[in-house]
Order: sequence, then structure tokens, then C-alpha cells
Amino acid sequence: MTVELRGSAISACPACAAMPAAETLARSRAAMSDATISLSLPSIHCAACISGVEGALARVPGVTEARVNLTLKRASVKAPGVTAEELVGALARAGYEAHELDAGTIAATRTDRAGRDLLMRMAVAGFAMMNVMLLSVAVWSGAEAATRDMFHWISAAITLPAIAFSAQPFFGNAWTALRAGRLNMDVPISLAILLALVTSLWETMLSGEHAYFDAAISLTFFLLAGRFLDHRTRAIARSAAEELTALEVPRAWLVEDGGERQVPVAELAPGMLVRVRPGARMPVDGEVVEGRSELDRSLLTGETVPVFAEPGRAVSAGEVNLTGPLVVRATAVGADTSLHRMAELVAVAESGRSNYTSLADKAAKLYAPGVHILAALAFAGWWLWSGDVRVALNIAAAVLIITCPCALGLAVPAVTTAASGRLFRRGMLIKHHTALERLAEVDTVVFDKTGTLTAGAPEVLGLEAHDRRDLELALALAEGSSHPLSIALARAIRARGVAAAEVAEVSELPGYGTRGTWQGQEVRLGRPAWVGAPAGAETSTALKLGQGAPVVFRFADALRAGAEEAVAALQARGMKVVLMSGDTTPAVEALADRLGIRHWLAEALPGDKAARIEAMQAEGARVLMVGDGLNDTAALSVAHVSISPASALDAARVASDIVLLGGSLAPLPEALEVARKAVKRIRENFRIATVYNVVAVPLAVAGLATPLIAALAMSLSSITVSLNALRLR
Amino acid sequence: MEVLVWLIPVSLLLGGIGLVAFVWTVRSNQYDDPEGDSQRILSDDWDDHPKP
Repeated sequence: MTVELRGSAISACPACAAMPAAETLARSRAAMSDATISLSLPSIHCAACISGVEGALARVPGVTEARVNLTLKRASVKAPGVTAEELVGALARAGYEAHELDAGTIAATRTDRAGRDLLMRMAVAGFAMMNVMLLSVAVWSGAEAATRDMFHWISAAITLPAIAFSAQPFFGNAWTALRAGRLNMDVPISLAILLALVTSLWETMLSGEHAYFDAAISLTFFLLAGRFLDHRTRAIARSAAEELTALEVPRAWLVEDGGERQVPVAELAPGMLVRVRPGARMPVDGEVVEGRSELDRSLLTGETVPVFAEPGRAVSAGEVNLTGPLVVRATAVGADTSLHRMAELVAVAESGRSNYTSLADKAAKLYAPGVHILAALAFAGWWLWSGDVRVALNIAAAVLIITCPCALGLAVPAVTTAASGRLFRRGMLIKHHTALERLAEVDTVVFDKTGTLTAGAPEVLGLEAHDRRDLELALALAEGSSHPLSIALARAIRARGVAAAEVAEVSELPGYGTRGTWQGQEVRLGRPAWVGAPAGAETSTALKLGQGAPVVFRFADALRAGAEEAVAALQARGMKVVLMSGDTTPAVEALADRLGIRHWLAEALPGDKAARIEAMQAEGARVLMVGDGLNDTAALSVAHVSISPASALDAARVASDIVLLGGSLAPLPEALEVARKAVKRIRENFRIATVYNVVAVPLAVAGLATPLIAALAMSLSSITVSLNALRLR
Repeated sequence: MEVLVWLIPVSLLLGGIGLVAFVWTVRSNQYDDPEGDSQRILSDDWDDHPKP
């Protein structure tokens, strides 16, 4: 969340930055005037789509260049003076769904410099490895004297510059770790590579028999392959997460003397008037000065009942305007909005999670000192016994090379790549590099209600209890409004085969409801208070004909797809499932009953949720938090591991480790299953690597390890580990 | 064994050409859209004349 936090994370582990980059968002505010427009094209899939989209864009006047990227399902368009809406409209007419992407957010992913850098180093190491191995085969099969020396010299000439270029990431990381007084995996790696080079050069000069150039360079290559896999997995996750962020283009309609103008949110200042249309999110904190409407605050508080808005009412950024257009006078903008202040809670809580040590780090902690002590002992022993520094140094180099964590360096990246790839195809985005390991430990699952277990769309309850005339009237009035409750009511009534009554003069009063005349009497459908019905705790709307008694339609939130299956499957696995919501007690209790959840907490404030989760974790539970709203962000970052749906607020997505891209919760149990399997495979891989070491190390210490044995042990263990990881797909 | 004098430089040269070619493909962004490139070859938009 903050630049300082990210800065320190980089020094600890160079590629841990899978979070959608918050600082790039800040940069993006200035990038709106950029002539290059990025569009997301979720539905394209074929060659005809590419030419169709590029053709449609090229026909728009003002477009100078349009290029589709099918892998990312994006188009970048150079079009000075053309707005994104015109392009989206042109594509819609051509039959392609398109969404504008915020150019500044996307720019960060366009060129993946670190990935390209790794790829380049890997290519050089691969090239050098092939050539050195060719020469080594000749040496292993018995080249002697001058021929062998020449081959060694040529190998040295290839290996030294190749390693100087390719192994820089390891040297760099090892140096940073050593300077900070720590040991990481890169320290033994760098030491092994350097020691192997030094002794091999020395041996070559004295025309000795054994040189480890091939081992040093193939070690570099295999480890770079592991790094590259790791980086790619995270780059894919990061680019997908950033695309979600970029889809929410931060613009607002500024009301000025001369009319309205669209501006980036960053240009707003307190005191300015902003028009918020129905369906749009409040860009600022402020006060309503004009218009009446209803506000959906569920992303902020978890409450499902819409709140009435009229002039004088304070609104906060993130609330969704439902019915009528509002003009809002901004009181706080940008980082001062309540939305941002709450999102800062996350940054504070996030530092707690960094306490988790990954399996690879745990292994490295045991492994690095062990290897160094072993090599040092071998050196000391042989020196004392034979009195020959050259022999002793050779043995120490052999020990370091044979024990070098080739398989360890591949063990974790290969498994996480395979597992993340599998989950990505099932619609889950693994953002954090230790998320899978943490997910595997989970024994308690905490769900938020609104927007997570429920889809955020209302559903009418007990429609069959109403009489047909009421339904006909309600349908006629509901069809005249675009309020979410009206839409749900109209759909449900139509599904029962009821036709609308002929109501005349239907008009909508934003914030209140719709009214019309039927057979000379006034009919009203809308907020219970406006119609004259008692307001209940549940979401409801009322219908009143003339002076008759009002009829109340009650609503519940429709369940999100897969919610029932996910909860049932989790409980069947023996997990404790908890429901925590900021909504009212009856609403939460009803949903808990419906899903068979025994533990629930209603009317929870954001702090309550986080505190309850911390308490559970203090008792030893490992909590998975699934939530989407701003009121969940603190809980999401406190929990051991967290998931948020793609529909969640940006702040919630940033705070969580995993993002559900599809609308369904059904992949949740499978994700837990895959995570467990992944951790099992990682452990298996560590064991395989250990077995190879146990076999090969005595040979090395005894002085029997030849470069051939070293090469065999290294490649065999790397291949077994990768194959074992691939079993996850 | 005199043949080695030729064979080794030749093998290094061939490998080097491969490496340079790979570096060129990376630098010219040829791995940015592998899926799109595999589909674009099927399109006949610019078969008659090159893209202006």
C-alpha cells in the first residue's frame, strides 16, 4: 500500500510484488491526456476477431494505429483527440464487447523488464551450458593431456563471461543478504558457483583432471529457470490484478457554470460540484446539494437496505447512487476521503502477515548453514589428512556443487507455477507468493455476507402470497423504474406469467418510488415510509392503491452462484465456517439458517471483524477470510489468508491474497484441495532433493565425486523435481 | 584431431547465431502476444499488399 512497505519488501525478496501496484495508480492520474487508449476485449478469441476489431477501430476517424493483443485480450489504440467512449461505441456496433482500461495502471505491465532480463540471462546460460557440456562429454569419455587442457580452457573462456552475466541476480541477492547479516538460499548458490570457478581455473592451469565449469554453468541455468518460472507466475497474476483495477477508470463529471465536463478524479478539489449519475460510485466525500436518490452502501458497511439521499445528506466515496442523478459538493477528495482512510488500516495490518516464513525460507534456514559447515569440514579434514590445499579445495568445491540447491531452487517455483496455473484456469488469481502455502493450513473459513455469499442482487420473497391484482399493478409500476428492487420485482412477477395492468401517468420520484393512476385511483410503489407502510428491518418495498392498506414485498439478497455448494463442501471437510456481517441481525440469521452456518456475527463494525479474527487466530485457528467490502479490508489483511471476488472494491482486492475472477464461489473448496496438494508436492520435492544429497554427499566428501557424477546428480534431481511438480496439473 | 581446430569454432559460431537470434526476438517484443501471432497468420487481410 505504501511505497516504503514495498521498498522494504523488495530488498527481502526481489519478486514479491504481486500486489496491484498502488503507486502506479497514483501515477495514472496524470496519464489521462495520453493519446494511447487501452481497451479490454473480454470476448475476442480468434483470427477473425483480431481483424474485425482492428478494422472497426481503424474506421473511426482520428485513429492512427490500432493493435490487438490476443494473449492479454486487449487493444491499444493511438488516437489523438478521440475519447474512449467513441471507440467502445464503435466496437459495440461491430459486435465486440469492450471496456476502457485506465492507461496509467496498465502502462506498468506493458513492458515486463525484469522478466525480459531473466529470460536473457537464461538464454545466455543455456547457450553456454550446451557448448560446455559438448566439450565435457569429450573429457568424460577420456580425452587426455593437451586435448583435455584445451577443452578445459575453451570451457573456461565460455563459462566465465557467461556466469559473470547470468548469475548476477544470485550474486546481488547474496550480497544484500550478507550485508544485512542474514543467510539466504543465494549465499550457498553464489559460493558454490564462485568456488567451483576458482578451483576449476586453478586445476586447468595445473592441467589437472577435474574441472567443474559444466557444473557451475548448468547450476546457473537450472536456478535461473526456477527464478523465471516464479517470476512469470507472479507477472501473470499481477497483470490480471492490475487489469481489474484499470477497469475502474477514475473519472468524474464536474459541474461548472458553463455546464458539465468529464475530469480525472485527481483534479477534483473540496468545494467543487460533482454530478453522480444513477449506477455510478461517489468519487468524493461530500454533501448532496441537488437531487433525490437512494444510496447503496453495502460495499462500505455491509448493510443491504438502501439509504435515502436528499439535499444536505453527507455521502462518502465508494457509495453507489441508485435512482436519481445527484449533485454533490465535495468536502474531501483523494487521500482524505473516508474510503482512503479506511484503506490505510490495511497497510498497518499488512505488516503483521509478513511474519509468515515460507517453506522455501524454512528449508534455506536449515540448509544454508548445514552446507557451509559440511564443505568447511571436508576442506579442513582433507587438508589435515593430506596436507594438500589443492586437493582439499577441490573436495570442498565438489561438496558445495553436489549439495547446491538446484532441486530446492526449482522445487517451490515448479509446484507453485503448476498449482497457480491450474487455479487460474478455474478462475482464481493467486497474488501472493506464499498464499498457496498459507491456504493449505486453513481450518476456519470466515465469510462476509453482502456481496460475498450473496450476489448483491435482491430477490423477492413469498410472491405467491400476494393477490394477482396487486402483482399486475406492481409490475406496471416496477417496469417504470431502474431501481434494483424494481428490476428484481418486475422480473419475478413476469416469471409467474402475470401481465402488467394498464396504469396511466407512471412517473418516478427518485429516492421515493414510482406512482401512477389506475381506474382513477393513485397507485404508489416505493419506500415503505413514502407509501405509508411500517419500515421493517429487511429490505422491502410497498404498494398502495388509493386509500387501501399497503402491501409489502419483502426482499432477500440472492445467493451468489456456488455459495451453497462451497459452504457445504467446506463443512463436509470439517472446517469451521463463520459468517460475519455488518448487516442487521434478522438478515444475517436468515442467511446463516439457509446455508446451515452455525456460527455467525451480525452488525459487526470493520474493527469487530478484524478483532474477532485476531482472537480466533490467537487461539490457534488458521483463518481464511472471504470478503469484498471496504468494511472487510482490515479483516482480510489480518486473516492468515484472504480471498475476495472480482466484484470487490479495489481496496479489498489489494488486501487479499487471492482474487476470484468468476462470479461463482464453487472453486473455493477445490482451491483448498489444490493448495494442500501443492504443499504436499513441495515437501515431497524437498525430500527427493534430500535423498539425492544423502547419496551424493558421502561420495563428494570421500573425494570420489567426478564432474560427471556432479552433472548427473544435478540434472537428475532437477528433472525428478520438475516432473513431480507437473503431476499437479 | 586437427579437425577440432575447425569444429569447435564452427559449433561456437552456430550456437552464437542462435543466441543472437533469440536475443533479437526478445528485444523486438516477439513474445508479447504468442496467441495473437499464431492466429494472425491465418488472417488474409494483408495478403495482396503489405500493411501500409
